[in-house]
Amino acid sequence: MTAYRFLVNGVPAEVEVPGMRRLLDVLREDLGLTGTKEGCGEGECGACSVILDGQVVDACLVPICQVEGRIVRTVEGLSLAARERGALDTLQEAFLEHGAAQCGICTPGMLMAARAYLDAGGDGDEDHIREAIAGNLCRCTGYTKIVDAIAAVAHVD
Amino acid sequence: MPTRTLTPGTETLERALVLDPGTRVPGRASGFPMRREGPAKLTGAAKYTDDLVFPGAWYGITIRSTEARAKLVAIEPDPDVDWSRVVLATATDIPGDNVVSLIKDDQPLLVPVGGEIRHHAEAVALLAAPDRETLRELKGRIRLVTEPLPPVFDPEQSDHVFAQYDVARGDLDAGFAGADLILEGEYRVGHQEQLYIENQAMIAVPGEDGGIVIHGSMQCPYYVHKALKRALRLSSVQARVIQEETGGGFGGKEEYPSMIALHASLLALKARRPVRMIYERHEDIAATTKRHPAIVRHRTGVTRDGRLVAQDIEVVMDGGAYCTLTPVVLSRGVLHAGGPYRCPNVRLRGRATRTNTPPNGAFRGFGAPQTEFAAETQLNRLAEALNMSPAEIRRRNVYQLNDTTPTGQVLRESVAGEEVLEQAVGASLFERVRQLTGREAAERHGSGTIPAGTLRTGDRRFANGIGLALAWHGAGFTGSGEVLLKSVASVELTADGRIRVLTASTEMGQGTKTVFPQMVASELGVPADWVEYAPQDTAEVPDSGPTVASRTVMVVGGLTIQAARRLKAEVEARNPGVPFHEAFRDDARNHGPTRIDQQFEPYPGVGFDDTTYSGDAYPAFGWAAAVVSVEVDLDTAEVSVRDVIAVDDVGVVIHPILCEGQVEGGTLQAVGYATIEEIKLRDGRYLNDRLATYLIPTALDAPHIRSILVEAPYSGAPHGAKGVGELPMDVAAPAVVAAIHDATGVWIHELPATPERILAALQRASAA
Amino acid sequence: MPAEPPIDTPRNLFEAYERLAAGAARPIAGGTDVMVAITGELGPIPERMLDLSRLEELRGISLEHGALILGARTTYTEIRRSTVCREHLPALVDAAATIGAAQIQNRGTIGGNIANASPAGDTLPVLLAADAVLLVGGQRGEREVPMTAFFVDYRKTALAPDELILQVRIPLPAGRALRFRKVGTRRAQAISKVVMALAWRDLGTAGWQDVRVALGSVAATPIRAAATEAVLEGARPTPEAADRAAETLAGELEPIDDVRSTADYRRLVAARILHRLLRDAEGW
Repeated sequence: MTAYRFLVNGVPAEVEVPGMRRLLDVLREDLGLTGTKEGCGEGECGACSVILDGQVVDACLVPICQVEGRIVRTVEGLSLAARERGALDTLQEAFLEHGAAQCGICTPGMLMAARAYLDAGGDGDEDHIREAIAGNLCRCTGYTKIVDAIAAVAHVD
Repeated sequence: MPTRTLTPGTETLERALVLDPGTRVPGRASGFPMRREGPAKLTGAAKYTDDLVFPGAWYGITIRSTEARAKLVAIEPDPDVDWSRVVLATATDIPGDNVVSLIKDDQPLLVPVGGEIRHHAEAVALLAAPDRETLRELKGRIRLVTEPLPPVFDPEQSDHVFAQYDVARGDLDAGFAGADLILEGEYRVGHQEQLYIENQAMIAVPGEDGGIVIHGSMQCPYYVHKALKRALRLSSVQARVIQEETGGGFGGKEEYPSMIALHASLLALKARRPVRMIYERHEDIAATTKRHPAIVRHRTGVTRDGRLVAQDIEVVMDGGAYCTLTPVVLSRGVLHAGGPYRCPNVRLRGRATRTNTPPNGAFRGFGAPQTEFAAETQLNRLAEALNMSPAEIRRRNVYQLNDTTPTGQVLRESVAGEEVLEQAVGASLFERVRQLTGREAAERHGSGTIPAGTLRTGDRRFANGIGLALAWHGAGFTGSGEVLLKSVASVELTADGRIRVLTASTEMGQGTKTVFPQMVASELGVPADWVEYAPQDTAEVPDSGPTVASRTVMVVGGLTIQAARRLKAEVEARNPGVPFHEAFRDDARNHGPTRIDQQFEPYPGVGFDDTTYSGDAYPAFGWAAAVVSVEVDLDTAEVSVRDVIAVDDVGVVIHPILCEGQVEGGTLQAVGYATIEEIKLRDGRYLNDRLATYLIPTALDAPHIRSILVEAPYSGAPHGAKGVGELPMDVAAPAVVAAIHDATGVWIHELPATPERILAALQRASAA
Repeated sequence: MPAEPPIDTPRNLFEAYERLAAGAARPIAGGTDVMVAITGELGPIPERMLDLSRLEELRGISLEHGALILGARTTYTEIRRSTVCREHLPALVDAAATIGAAQIQNRGTIGGNIANASPAGDTLPVLLAADAVLLVGGQRGEREVPMTAFFVDYRKTALAPDELILQVRIPLPAGRALRFRKVGTRRAQAISKVVMALAWRDLGTAGWQDVRVALGSVAATPIRAAATEAVLEGARPTPEAADRAAETLAGELEPIDDVRSTADYRRLVAARILHRLLRDAEGW
């Protein structure tokens, strides 16, 4: 078995697991970061979305051998500084204010897709936002307040 | 929050108040508490069942039938396998009754050898192993020996009836005799999967007292509790059920969790260690309950000025292989089948039958979305036949105050059908847009390029359409349901001065954990943050009934308000001249803890006879209207739902953001029901059993949804609230179909209204 | 239930070829198809995997000798962002934009779309219509395979077990136009019901030349509609020609009913979207 080393939320991680082990399972089970969720295991629902080298991906579709030497960001690391204060970052705050999370199971993945979009310079245009989160299924909200929350942050940034 | 002073039973309430339609104001949430568990959900700290760690836990899996109907002759584990390193459980391991306790005792947890397999994916055996590799390796090494039996798939061919109802009023023949126009219609709706994004999940932990502690994703801890006691022969203390953070339910986690909790428990008791049963998506879709498919037939008589004079309606529902909640789903479906309209001569007949498909169960709306799709489409077709506006025909027939329903119920208060209709029509500029779409359609036809049938395209590729529908939804349980439930909710002041609310009502995104403390705090005159909401653990909270039927705020919330009032009165009586918010901490220190248990008392003046099915079917009704705009690609018949105006009367809005959230979410589920959510079957097996094939709307498919909240308070509830969860689900689907008709000229009688069905209808229309 | 078969990560093509020559191994690039396939629910689990993620030789977008060259590991996001692609082959950019959503586009590769050989692969009609040629290689050497010869049967390709797709080479003849249309159940994350690419060179009064009509989701493999191409070849796409082409297409297709759609719908809609593309191209 090989050891794979990578960064997760700014912290070095090392795991000795089969190379085909899903990044999703490494995060949830080997590293105890259960914030990233499994909704389908086939890259359709986006609940397992994380940011890999700045791009949003489905962690259920990434084998850990391809994460060697790379940078992973999960919902737990959305804003390290804010977390240390026990606070939320602007995107999380906007979700809370606007009521963008209901049952919350899609929320971590949704936040990561939104964060990747905003970090890449995404604007407040509603069609652009909807395209950015088209890979994140939500069954509770109808997406309305999620789009509102992301737009609110985009307009401020 | 707007306040009204009510003297229950004597004061006539004013006309409905419209709440601030649709304006987005930054910081609007202030004044209402933020979602209590919001920060935990937003940081990934919230723990759902699969996030929990139980050291030493094994993994469980279910061995299922691959046939729709067969006799189970034997269960044969491969003799070449060493089965001692795993645990295999069958029906013989069940200590109590092999029954999943619900309404009828017809569904086993596991099919016994010698018994009958009644549906594809029915559970036959259970396997637990220390790791998932072993499970994968061994699950294919258990052979089910069966003798196939002839299955029944057509609910109209089945002779096994789970339930039937017959509600009649007036003289149907006389009604039809007096009609200027009679229209018939047959409507069909298929299965719909709840598609909560968190799959069903249970972890069973054996207790030292021979009992079981369940941690799981569920809506109704006490349903699971009751099921455990029955099948595992446990006492109320030995069986303990704890609801964990739940990623969506929508009814799909009302009854099914009992099954999976029983399975996990059997394995855990046999293995003498915790067992995790976390479904994968494919299994969840294949094996769990869905919305009941239905066939609804209408025969309607109207006068030439659009008044309903006769409604003859037949409902046939497919219950699947076991009864589960079918009688109650059928009941609600039948009671709502005429739509929110007065008609002096009505006959509503319904029956639900058994087929060899997985049992169907609760899904938001619970029978009403099915029958109200039919009722609204029928009325829209009548409007077309009379050359009358769909809004106008509704104006002429919608229930008004003091009208009588088919069960003989007089609607004495809280009637807002007309209000929601006018709000929807006004906000959407319905008539004006209809004129424009009508003109567009005429131009299309006039140029000779009919968008149909041939292999050639028309000049214009896109057609716009607008559609309207109206709905009603009885608040709370049907008939005597609430009286029989005798729900209890409690508010306590602990010895260390904490205020706690104790109910079995679960949070699954609707906001229970936020609004209950909010309501109680409001009564006590303290900040919401000072009120705790106890976890939904059967060892700690009383049985408040299930979190279903849009009853949570209305019924259980009402109980917490009454309990809070009593607590306030009691503490203030002990501390004269000191208001509760100043007195309570000292009172706790000096007097000790105070706990107030509030049990449901029947709503005043509400009575229902279950044998004759007459009287007040519900204490009050909620009312909803939707206007939907679509754009249809005439080349392909693809439908893009652009906008929905959703107007809902919820009695009283407790928390605007959470309330809108229910309207928006329910509306999109109904849009999906109308357009792309489809389950095809072959030999009783669902073909769409993965997320790549069972499709729900993405953010790009979802329309703009603008929710307008209306308040027509119900005086029987302490806060006036009537429930919101299901109401939006009843109304958007027929509005979508009406909009498709407006754009294309064809009526689709079957849901989902797929491009395949629309194009076929266009071909037929152009051939004719 | 996800499987974890052993995986090798070669550092370069030489090592990759060596590994493939030594025995069967399933290549994995972005993983968006392969990771679903290895759960064991949709077919047997491979015995060994070959991780392509270190092979820089398979990356890159360039223009050479009047052709667009895409490394097999080029992702859909890279295609969408590439100014070279947007300028020279916008239909491929359109196709890439309809695949999945952001998460899939960031990882999925064009080589994977080709090797997976789904009849519904969204880039495949574009590549067929554009006369693309694949460069494949292994220990036994490199060879060119035209896209038209690549899809042999349902999910079966002309690739030998010891070969990898290295590059896709798309000629860019002067004056060639290419249009793309996908019909799916929803606007993202949708497997197509019908997917089409139409290519031609407009020679004015001499009409359209080198017409290509390629489709997916209407047969066991992505196909070219030869009879329909013949109808359009050498003619202008007048309304009459468009009607004839649509009829011919409906006649030559043999789609099936499946979980997503029906044979009737596919046949009718393929004809209609071709008709619309012709109408839009000619402007009547």
